[in-house]
Amino acid sequence: MKKNNTWTIISKEFARFFGDRQLFFTTVIMPGLLIYVIYSLMGNGIQKMITEGQDETVCLTVQNMPQSMAPVLNAIDSSLVVVEQPFTDDDIAQLEDKEINAVLLRFPEGFDQLAIPEPGQPVPNVEIYYNSTNNASSRVYHTLSTMLGNYNRPFTVNMPQSEEQRFDQASEESIGAMIWSKMLPMLIIMMLFSGVMAIAPSSIAGEKERGTIATLLVTPMRRNELALGKIISLSGIALLSGISSFIGIALSLPKMVSGEGVDYADLGFHYTTADYFALLLVIFASVLIMASAVSILSALAKDVKNAGTMVTPFMLVVMLAGLLPMFQNGAAESLLVYFIPFYNSIEVMVAVFAHEMQWMPVIVTVASNAVYTGIAVWVLTRMFNSEKVMFSR
Amino acid sequence: MEEILKVEGLSKTFTLSRKQQKIEHTAARRKTAVDNLSFDAYRGEIFGLLGPNGAGKTTTLRMLATLIRPDSGDAWLDGCSVVSDPETVRGKIGFLTSELKLEDFFTPNYLFDFFSRLHGVDEATCAQRKAAMFSRFGIDRFAEVKVANLSTGMKQKLSLVISLVHDPEVIIFDEPTNGLDVLTARTVTDYLQELRAEGKTIILSTHIFSLVERLCDRVGVIIDGRMIACGPLAEVCDGLSIEDRFFEMYKEVKGGEE
Ligand SMILES: Nc1ncnc2c1ncn2[C@@H]1O[C@H](COP(=O)(O)OP(=O)(O)OP(=O)(O)O)[C@@H](O)[C@H]1O
Ligand SMILES: [Mg+2]
Repeated sequence: MKKNNTWTIISKEFARFFGDRQLFFTTVIMPGLLIYVIYSLMGNGIQKMITEGQDETVCLTVQNMPQSMAPVLNAIDSSLVVVEQPFTDDDIAQLEDKEINAVLLRFPEGFDQLAIPEPGQPVPNVEIYYNSTNNASSRVYHTLSTMLGNYNRPFTVNMPQSEEQRFDQASEESIGAMIWSKMLPMLIIMMLFSGVMAIAPSSIAGEKERGTIATLLVTPMRRNELALGKIISLSGIALLSGISSFIGIALSLPKMVSGEGVDYADLGFHYTTADYFALLLVIFASVLIMASAVSILSALAKDVKNAGTMVTPFMLVVMLAGLLPMFQNGAAESLLVYFIPFYNSIEVMVAVFAHEMQWMPVIVTVASNAVYTGIAVWVLTRMFNSEKVMFSR
Repeated sequence: MEEILKVEGLSKTFTLSRKQQKIEHTAARRKTAVDNLSFDAYRGEIFGLLGPNGAGKTTTLRMLATLIRPDSGDAWLDGCSVVSDPETVRGKIGFLTSELKLEDFFTPNYLFDFFSRLHGVDEATCAQRKAAMFSRFGIDRFAEVKVANLSTGMKQKLSLVISLVHDPEVIIFDEPTNGLDVLTARTVTDYLQELRAEGKTIILSTHIFSLVERLCDRVGVIIDGRMIACGPLAEVCDGLSIEDRFFEMYKEVKGGEE
């Protein structure tokens, strides 16, 4: 009897949902389709801009090569050709062309004899010019800066001496592409959110507003059966929307990582089954928590419009969280971050797209979201039980 | 006469919102909608709660239907308490008010099955009842039309039918003819009399004197949440028309205040 009522509610919600073609389209078809289209368009561009020059020899031009450094630099990598000669601003400007696999390194004169500067005196600076959208150039830059950073010497690396001085010669346009790629997680979250927003407010606040939920409340059904039925069906529908987004991503990701004539998969530059699995898991986890959160807000709201007003600030916060990856270098490391709902999903997605997925953060994300959803079901049951919430004037 | 509903000392006080304080022209934060109300109803009768706007009729019926909980007091329906056993009570009553709506998206056919399932009615009984009720109210021709596309009268008849899917012993009806056109109103009142003839008990609320006179066996007059008089119609009227008698009582109650 108990289970039956919950199931009766679920099947009614599903009948409502699948019977409405427009609702079905905006919630299930559109997210996947949009993500596929956007990713494919963007992916082609990004791939062109970022992945060229992979795994080719890099010319490292060194000015004022210190004696102590020459053997170290020459030993870095066989694909690194070291040339000792001075370079000019024109040479630096040429790095902007992402086809050129080069890095320019300038040591201060007399680097080997550097003494600790008097307080107030300028600290000598080592300059490394590179292009972050050329993978080869970027790779050598990272190697060099790590290496130089390990020296216990009185110098700085790539400390700008003037406002205009830029070490990364990537063009604005290429940087734009990188930023776009960092916005993908937010895009996914927004798609999922709009799926939830298309169903939850009308299913809960709407039923309250139209007086149809009261008709349910006068049947012998228990209120927790109703709450459970609502959350399960809303999550189920939202999951469909999540699966749709996932399919959109899965179909378009390969386009992002392979280009004409070059099989980047051979270079270890592809997404693994584990990556996809993790992606699917966090999508499910985020959808559950969205459905719960929006359901609770909708139950509090007087009507659908009011529910929209209540959810908007919440959505803005989630969007802001989605923008954070742009100001970070890779996914967050502290596990604590993955206890923060919404933000945790975004961070996991960032890691997946950056080929840096680890299981611990994924597990923490899924588990904490499951706990939050459980709490939400409990809260919603209490709300359906409360005449203040259901019958206030 | 077999007692089927017993109401004892039912009370309900609401905390008013700012907006409501304005609407009600009061500075009081709290409003006692129902004040220590007691009455009984017997099997096979139509009992009418008569009172002006804001008397507390809807609040009383909502407590009987277990939609809201009384602050104090209790009511027993066929021996089951609305406070401690609300699910069983809901299974025994059919509750109908114009505030309860049906989802526009579904058809009468679907809704009848859906609510039958929630009431635990088995499929055979459900099909049989549906056929009988739909033809009784002329819904059968519209059984597959979405509620959104039904006429207002048809919607109301459907609401009535849906509230009775489980063939309840007690029917609680808030303002049964409110907002109905004359034809539908007549269909409804005729049906209520039919139900009484079948031995069902009907508790209704109204502010319409003629309805009380035409339908009710017994009546409770309720003003400001309190039961002013309760008994068989003739007894309460005491030789006057119910309308004249009501205003007498109203003056008695309100006289002191004004
Ligand atoms: N949920 C609520 N919150 C606050 N006050 C309420 C609530 N429900 C009813 N009231 C107040 O309680 C009083 C009684 O209301 P009720 O609806 O029971 O009266 P009624 O007899 O049904 O009147 P009407 O003929 O207008 O339907 C009114 O003053 C009303 O404003
Ligand atoms: Mg009323």
